[in-house]
Amino acid sequence: MKPPIYLDNHATTRMDPRVLDAMLPYFTEHFGNAASRNHAFGWEAEKAVDTARKQIADLIGCTPREIIFTSGATESDNLAIKGVAEMYAEKGNHIITAATEHKAVLDTCKKLEKHGYRVTYLPVQGDGLIDLDMLRESITDKTILVTIMYANNEIGVIQPVAEIGKICRERGVLFHTDGVQAIGKVPVDVNKDNIDIMSITGHKLYGPKGVGALYVRRKNPRVQITAQMDGGGHERGMRSGTLNVPGIVGLGEACAIAQRELPEEMKRMAYLRDRLKDKLEAGLDEVYINGSMEHRLPQNLNMSFLYVEGESLLMGINDVAVSSGSACTSATLEPSYVLKALGLGDDLAHSSIRFGIGRFNTVEEIDYVADKLVDVVRKLRDLSPLYEMAKEGIDLSKVEWVHD
Amino acid sequence: MAYSDKVLDHYNNPRNVGSFDKSAGNVGTGMVGAPECGDVMKLQIKVDDASGIIEDAKFKTFGCGSAIASSSLATEWLKGKTVDEALQIKNTDIVNELALPPVKIHCSVLAEDAIKAAISDYRKKQASRAPAAVVLETAEQTVA
Repeated sequence: MKPPIYLDNHATTRMDPRVLDAMLPYFTEHFGNAASRNHAFGWEAEKAVDTARKQIADLIGCTPREIIFTSGATESDNLAIKGVAEMYAEKGNHIITAATEHKAVLDTCKKLEKHGYRVTYLPVQGDGLIDLDMLRESITDKTILVTIMYANNEIGVIQPVAEIGKICRERGVLFHTDGVQAIGKVPVDVNKDNIDIMSITGHKLYGPKGVGALYVRRKNPRVQITAQMDGGGHERGMRSGTLNVPGIVGLGEACAIAQRELPEEMKRMAYLRDRLKDKLEAGLDEVYINGSMEHRLPQNLNMSFLYVEGESLLMGINDVAVSSGSACTSATLEPSYVLKALGLGDDLAHSSIRFGIGRFNTVEEIDYVADKLVDVVRKLRDLSPLYEMAKEGIDLSKVEWVHD
Repeated sequence: MAYSDKVLDHYNNPRNVGSFDKSAGNVGTGMVGAPECGDVMKLQIKVDDASGIIEDAKFKTFGCGSAIASSSLATEWLKGKTVDEALQIKNTDIVNELALPPVKIHCSVLAEDAIKAAISDYRKKQASRAPAAVVLETAEQTVA
């Protein structure tokens, strides 16, 4: 084991060497443009793209023709939401999403609000799940799209996607899901899950950055989206631009590996995650898990270490790469909006750490991180006036704090 | 974010961590910040009544590394100063000493506030002890 240790696999993942091997020839000898229809260089590239399309389709249970390649999940989310909004503008102008969505979805929805669309931001319950009854009640005859993520990037909570899709289908509303954290991590099947449109990205499943895809259902219902970029009419007119062939080959290979290894990998991830959780809970009092443990990615743990501030905690484990919901670690200087949406006070959000376990982590690494964290939390609690007050029996919520 | 060596040093080896009995007459306690803001500093001074010199100082801080370093540094600077001299410590001195980046200036402001609050608490106690008959403080102690 050699620090630094990477436990931030919701941010990005290390590319699997097998993926790199598959990609390399497509940078050099097979460099053709997949849209070149009249020579062998083009045919070779097109064949590789077709293989990748099939590999992705197989992983999520769709047909290859339903895969549109993009530059990543942000583009896929934009294309799905704006593309549906534009295509179905005559049918209605209402979109439903959730408070804990990724910014690529939330900010896209906000942009549409400026153009006259109406957006409902569903709150989530304490465990991070949306309330299905609330979803049902929010759908109106003007609703054209529901966009709810499959699994959350901070707390790993898996939404009841199949039920959401069923409700949407009953009401004749399209259902888009941002699947980036779930695909390749847990079984995802667009038919069982009643998904109409789904965003996919390469770099969250041990593939390359800068390549993604959008699943767009062709049958029952046939979904249409308006292209958001003009050009050569690639990808059945939905996304123009010369295909990133090496990236696409990498995304395809990453999906093929994920499909082969998913059952084993899920078990291993859950084992490592639970080992980390158990060790932290055994070593420390007053730690809280954020979000449902039951409906959760096996790779994710999000924990608040009460009375300790997140950034100082990260400083103490500076050879371990994780994220914190603390304001000090965010660009906006606001604590995590996802944790706040669960109803967590700012104090708990400030004290939270997100662990994202991945394919390349080992038991040894998990033990090292757990032991180190226990030490650092204890040290920082010795330094914490809040811990001291809590031990004296003072109710911190009743204290009148002096601040600007 | 990259921390300066001095911030790292105070974070790794915080000086003067701990607490004095806050009811003692020669102890001044300042507690500033709020958990929801991500920073709470408790800073205490113990003053030698005869000389008016701060003979000891202690802190406990909930906050980022820069907040911990700012309060740790403040306790070092307080020791050996008179109360009046201690009031001259400015947040900008802390910023310069620790090379704090602009987003961490509020940590130094909080440390200055904590010093002022501790001194103010000490002076309040002195004033109430001034009369010959010692008045027992019965009012519920609030965190200030």
